Amino acid sequence: MLRSALALLERGDGPPILDDFPDDAPGDGPTDMTGWSCPIPLPPAPPSDDPALLADVLSEIGTLSPWQALAVEQRGRTGLGAAGVPIETVARFLHDLLEGNGAADNPSDTLTLGQSFRGAAEDLKTYYMEAATAQPGNATSRSVADWFWGGTAAGRLLLALHPVCAAAADDGVKRVATGQLIPRLHKHRLS
Amino acid sequence: MVRLTDLDSGSAQHLLDKDCPPFETQPFVAGPPLAERRVAIVTSAGLHRRGDRNFDLSDLSYRVIPGDVALADLVMTQASVNYDRTGFQQDINVVFPLDRLREMDAAGEIGSVASFHYAFNGAGQLAPAFEPTAREVGRMLKEDGVNAAILVPV
Repeated sequence: MLRSALALLERGDGPPILDDFPDDAPGDGPTDMTGWSCPIPLPPAPPSDDPALLADVLSEIGTLSPWQALAVEQRGRTGLGAAGVPIETVARFLHDLLEGNGAADNPSDTLTLGQSFRGAAEDLKTYYMEAATAQPGNATSRSVADWFWGGTAAGRLLLALHPVCAAAADDGVKRVATGQLIPRLHKHRLS
Repeated sequence: MVRLTDLDSGSAQHLLDKDCPPFETQPFVAGPPLAERRVAIVTSAGLHRRGDRNFDLSDLSYRVIPGDVALADLVMTQASVNYDRTGFQQDINVVFPLDRLREMDAAGEIGSVASFHYAFNGAGQLAPAFEPTAREVGRMLKEDGVNAAILVPV
């Protein structure tokens, strides 16, 4: 695709030059969107001193960790790092925001509370999605998102944060909750 | 570019509702053959090095990405929550095709890869708001001898 795009620079029959690139993305088509389910069971966490939802998220993080590590090994990189803290700290911080009605100790020295909230939410999704896409099967992006938002404690945590943080005292936290937390496609899960 | 028919109806309508005025001019210039071009990437994926500042909502600033960057050092803090990141998570070349450019450079298909690339946050602002920073980046691309830029819209 890149080769085709750059080749347009050598054409002189513009302006404009608009060309279709004929290839479709692999796995395209609506039937593929229902053909994947996460093969790793994510049962509720065993008894713990942590609140149930936090314990479930931490348990999921532990269960998914071999797959997320495999993703990093295979791809040579991770998209984690927006919040700048370990993933367990991300989970605890987000749960603290839930418990604190949108207020919590900021785990970052350099980000505002709202920026930490935003980064933590992205890091949590990234962790799960990197793990999910490292597993066997032809998972589409839609099916992975459906799994995260509809089938994980992490998704439940972010959905629960929406109404709580939308009423937070901190403007940055409020702004993230209202506009940068739940994708348009999954807002129906809020009701 | 994704087809509207491949998007959920809400996202498709969101794009259809965008105001897309026609360009008043259609500048067109010829240049040297591709094998003599110096190529840079300008992406709106909200990428930056891990030590750089995160992008914020409605952020008009840009981040500089050195041409010799290790792709493992890049993170994405794009402000929009609505677009699909799974492709980026599996292969960063989806939004920042530096590996491909390096391969084309090694094969002699392009003249060289730029010393610096640039990333914007492609959400929360209309295009005219970016003009001052776009002009700034344009000057730096020129200083770098770039005569071909790949714009990756995200």
